[in-house]
Amino acid sequence: MTDDVLGPGDARSPGGLAAERLRWGAGGRLLVDGVDVTAPPGTVTGLLGPNGSGKTTLLRLLAGVRRPEDGTVVLDGTDLHAASARARARAVALVEQDATTDLPITVLDAVLLGRIPHRSLLAGPRASDRTAALEALDAAGAAALRDREVTTLSGGERQRVHLARALAQQPRLLLLDEPTNHLDVRAQLETMTVLRKLVADGVTVVTALHELTMAAHACDHVVLLAAGRVVAAGTVEDVLVPEVLEPVYGVRVDVLRHPRTGRPVLAYAES
Amino acid sequence: MTPVTVPVSTERPTAPGTPSTSGAAPAPRGSSGPRAAVWLVGAAIVLVLSVSVAVTLGPAHLPVSDVWRSVAQHLGLDGPLGLDRLAPLPDGLVWELRLPRVLTAAGVGAGLAVCGVVMQSLTRNPLADPYLLGLSSGASLGAVCVLGLGVAMVLPVAAFAGALLALLATLGLAGAAGGLTPSRTVLAGLAVSQLAAAGVSFVIFWTSTGDSYQDILSWLLGSVAGATWTSVAVTCGATLVLGGVLAATGSLLDAFTFGDTAAAALGVPVERARRILLVLVAILTGALVSQSGSIGFVGLVLPHAVRLVVGTRNRLLLPLSGLLGASFLVWADTAARTVFAPREIPVGVMTAAVGAPVFAFLLWRGRGRA
Repeated sequence: MTDDVLGPGDARSPGGLAAERLRWGAGGRLLVDGVDVTAPPGTVTGLLGPNGSGKTTLLRLLAGVRRPEDGTVVLDGTDLHAASARARARAVALVEQDATTDLPITVLDAVLLGRIPHRSLLAGPRASDRTAALEALDAAGAAALRDREVTTLSGGERQRVHLARALAQQPRLLLLDEPTNHLDVRAQLETMTVLRKLVADGVTVVTALHELTMAAHACDHVVLLAAGRVVAAGTVEDVLVPEVLEPVYGVRVDVLRHPRTGRPVLAYAES
Repeated sequence: MTPVTVPVSTERPTAPGTPSTSGAAPAPRGSSGPRAAVWLVGAAIVLVLSVSVAVTLGPAHLPVSDVWRSVAQHLGLDGPLGLDRLAPLPDGLVWELRLPRVLTAAGVGAGLAVCGVVMQSLTRNPLADPYLLGLSSGASLGAVCVLGLGVAMVLPVAAFAGALLALLATLGLAGAAGGLTPSRTVLAGLAVSQLAAAGVSFVIFWTSTGDSYQDILSWLLGSVAGATWTSVAVTCGATLVLGGVLAATGSLLDAFTFGDTAAAALGVPVERARRILLVLVAILTGALVSQSGSIGFVGLVLPHAVRLVVGTRNRLLLPLSGLLGASFLVWADTAARTVFAPREIPVGVMTAAVGAPVFAFLLWRGRGRA
């Protein structure tokens, strides 16, 4: 049973992601120190925090690619770290920051990698894998790149390909590490639109973000980290306020309102 | 035999600066089964022809039919096929001298090429080769201990032992440094390699005179000149068994394309997979090196060249590189024994003489790539 797709689990459980008391350290320093994260299905949760606050490490723990020293990661009622690696990979996808390769590989082949957890390791991609990969390319707005070599892509194009690869995994939990890095403003908004469409289909999305205004624009919930601990968690309106942000980032913060969307727009000044 | 269409266009990777083909293009290079099958069948036919023809070449020229008659005779098929018996002289030439040598070259070439693909994929480094773990220097040290110091051991066994000791040292050092990441593995291999090379130099400097020096040098440069049916059994056997297992790991290696974390996120047990693959590569390389010495460039250039043509799809790349690597070394060795006949040069000199310019060309052609 361990190799089955992770089931819907306990009917009483709320569903979505529930991580508790996560702890992980390296070189005698705790990078993630007792972190709780909950993300209901069909929502985008933003992981915020200054450089080195533990966002990337936390994402790896949530993705199950790194085993926490303590704590649990539960997706739809099933403990991710107790499941087999392949079953986990069918339920959870991770888009890393700046994943690159020197090997020549076409975009379509790179996206097809996302189908590996869905077939036998001895088998090649089937027609259904190809269909899923092409749909994922389309959904990530990278259909035109399909036959290009990944090594010839710009940073922004490459980011879309990685997003497409994660979509091809058809995950129920999608984790992203700064997916809007390297992207121009339009591409940033488009990426966030892709994520909004995914959550409309019931996928749970957790994404690390640097740009707080982007988080205010696209996230339902945010978790603010500092030095490996959760400083604040809740809705955008609760967390993205000067009283919470100023001590964490060490800057003056003013919250304005977007004239069209009414969402918070953050302005900064050195304190 | 059914006629086989050899692929006409190889659909090279998009040249820098040219716009990408539109989304309406037909299947991209070789992504589907039939096309891959054409490549593999074509390469297999090339290999069979290469072996058949290479055996006919040499001081005494033989027709290809003699090669097949000799093979049929030794497999007991001459009676059923109604073939005339071959005269003892050409038969001995084929069966005792040339065929073992040509088949050993094929086995070594195939094995090194497959190992090269695995190493390049595992380290995500197109310049990785099977000797990256210090294997060739370790094997060389084992060999010179026999040739130079007269250690009482059969040379292939000493070479194999040297290769495995080098592997253990490399894995141990990389593990002690914090785990088998690609960069740590490469650096640990380099350290072990340099140390073993120092040992080799010391033994040569201390002991060598005239003949033994020639023996050592010929071994260090790689040669299949002394190949027997035992060499065929070791090299082809190891390549078929271990190379066959490695060739089946295509999807697993694909998962490493974007690094360890990406592989883990695709459900691959990264550390365990890497350790097992490295050990398989080491045992296969050790077995090959024990018979032929360390022949360079096959494991480096061949996978690299094949990759540029068919892309990084290891399920095709592994077997195709194996087949083409076999043909390549068969011809390199044939050139090594015929070009300067009656003198013979080590095949390692030939592979380097061909490999280095090809490598330079690939480098030049790939300019502008990331």
